[in-house]
Amino acid sequence: MFKKILIANRGEIAVRVVRACHEMGIAAVVVYSDVDRAALHVRKADEAYPIGPAAASESYLNIPKILDVARRSGAEAIHPGYGFLSENAKFAQACVDAGVKFIGPTAAAMHAMGSKTRARQAMEKAGVPFVPGTSRGLESFEQAEQVAAKIGYPVMLKAAAGGGGKGMRLVHASGQLKSALEAARSEAERSFGDSEVYIEKAIVNPRHIEMQVLPDEHGNTVYLGERECSLQRRHQKVLEEAPSPIVDADMRRRMGEVAVRVAQAAAYTNAGTVEFLVDQQKNFYFLEMNTRLQVEHPVTELVTGLDLVHLQIHIAAGERLPFKQDDVRIRGHAIECRIYAEDPDNNYFPSPGKITLLLAPSGPGIRRDSGMYEGWNVPIDYDPLLAKLIGYGTDRDQAIARLTRALSEYFVGGIKTNISLFRRILRDPDFRAAKLDTGFLDRMLKRREENPVDSRTTEVAAIAAGMFAVLGATGTNNGAAGSSSHASDSAGSNWKSAGRREALR
Amino acid sequence: MLYDVTIDGKNYRLDLNQVDGLWACRLDGQDFQVDSVLARPDVLSLRVGNMAYEIKLERVGGDLHVWVGSKRFAVEVRDPRSLRGRARSGDDHGPRKITAPMPGKVVRLLARVGDEVEPGAGVAVVEAMKMQNEIKSPKKGTVQKILVTEGAAVNAGDVLAIVE
Repeated sequence: MFKKILIANRGEIAVRVVRACHEMGIAAVVVYSDVDRAALHVRKADEAYPIGPAAASESYLNIPKILDVARRSGAEAIHPGYGFLSENAKFAQACVDAGVKFIGPTAAAMHAMGSKTRARQAMEKAGVPFVPGTSRGLESFEQAEQVAAKIGYPVMLKAAAGGGGKGMRLVHASGQLKSALEAARSEAERSFGDSEVYIEKAIVNPRHIEMQVLPDEHGNTVYLGERECSLQRRHQKVLEEAPSPIVDADMRRRMGEVAVRVAQAAAYTNAGTVEFLVDQQKNFYFLEMNTRLQVEHPVTELVTGLDLVHLQIHIAAGERLPFKQDDVRIRGHAIECRIYAEDPDNNYFPSPGKITLLLAPSGPGIRRDSGMYEGWNVPIDYDPLLAKLIGYGTDRDQAIARLTRALSEYFVGGIKTNISLFRRILRDPDFRAAKLDTGFLDRMLKRREENPVDSRTTEVAAIAAGMFAVLGATGTNNGAAGSSSHASDSAGSNWKSAGRREALR
Repeated sequence: MLYDVTIDGKNYRLDLNQVDGLWACRLDGQDFQVDSVLARPDVLSLRVGNMAYEIKLERVGGDLHVWVGSKRFAVEVRDPRSLRGRARSGDDHGPRKITAPMPGKVVRLLARVGDEVEPGAGVAVVEAMKMQNEIKSPKKGTVQKILVTEGAAVNAGDVLAIVE
């Protein structure tokens, strides 16, 4: 087993992997950019190395700098987390060349899967079901027009190198095709440095369901059940759950077997995820394979009782899978909320800044994977994911109830977060009835939110505002407040002086 | 202590007096007995009668918000004897500032000085956290001033442009 692992990432996932290392008695080495010196992953690590400016291209995406840290620290393996270099075949190969184990698939498997068009060609051979469309990049507008006419509108244009909704365009009619193709190409070029775009029939309001696979390096591959990821905004996942409410044991077995075939066709090793689109008749189509640990891996961990990061490390160390497919049991239900620094009242704009107050939930069935802490300044330079709140229960209703309860305890002050969005989703009747598809969130957000406030709550707010003023916390200039305040303890008086300072400014 | 409290635009007169460690509270003529414990800075455990509440205070810039459970209220608290903090005017005429809603970088300017803009027309694109956000004009008018250049770093609340 490794003695030291380098984590080439930041945020909650870096903290998650540091924790796994410590649980396994492995020293955890992290890297950080100039704006991340105070980040939580640095606080939790055993060794931490600066790797340059905030811009990811000069730090977290800089392969020579990261390999240099591996060499200097003596790390034997690198965990890439998700995002950044996690799906970069050049990085995986560079690790091999530098004599460091990359905790993930080989460069060759990544290369086969990294391009959606190449993956499609390989999978067609393996008999994997596909949405009708091209398996190669479009050469011209004329070709796009022909294919679209053949498979029928609506069609979806997608970047071959894509992910996260970048370089994707839904086209309803032939008149929109040309401008959509140009837009998708330029966005793909900007986002991925590769303008290759392909076309597929658009499945209207599909479900997005993915299957976790876990092959070791000895030819053993298991699937660990599915995750329902239909709740998305701008093609970004917002909430995920396991198991999917529509997948029964038979469908799980069929999807799992296809996912295993996909992994084997690419000689894939270590944790991976096969994404499917599922139509209203429960037909499933291969979408892509994500060659990394997923953000939403905790829901699978909770319903299988397995620790995916531990298993990734064991597999990378050359060990065999410690269980067989028949040993995998799905038990209970788990739901994950992605807590983002974004403002629900302002079109979900990013909201970086200082976290002035953080009250975190706990209690039965609650798991929180977080990269933030009170007093930390959320930098503007990276993805706005702050934390993941995961609720687990014996069934879906209990998971929802626990998560709802935990969300009511969760408070992040100073910056805006999307916590209120989850309260709304979890009480939505369609969500509770598990009527989910990828258009769910857009439809829900179009409806005006009814959020009646009773007069009693408003009165309590008014009284509380007055109490805060008495305590000197509101900066309100009131001569009587200082002398007769109820709070004469030190917190109160510090607070008063802070209030006075504010009033003086 | 006497306060004028504004909650989401509605005004209340609040009188708080300490009696035997509790607070006798009169809100617009209604009496409440209030027991208040500061659990930690910005978090108050409040009993109003026997009903218990956890209250959070949030300060962002100059704005104050009080959270009762998961409901947020914009609050202003004034000492009625002081002249500070009297109601500001919020009219919709005249020049309007277009401000950055979050810190970030101006990646593109979509309007030039002298351009006519409609309400909702994009004026600048600010990028933060890998997201590009179009900052829109709140009103119809002429772009009078642009105060940033492409590539400039901006803080939340910085004025990007003025539309007259």
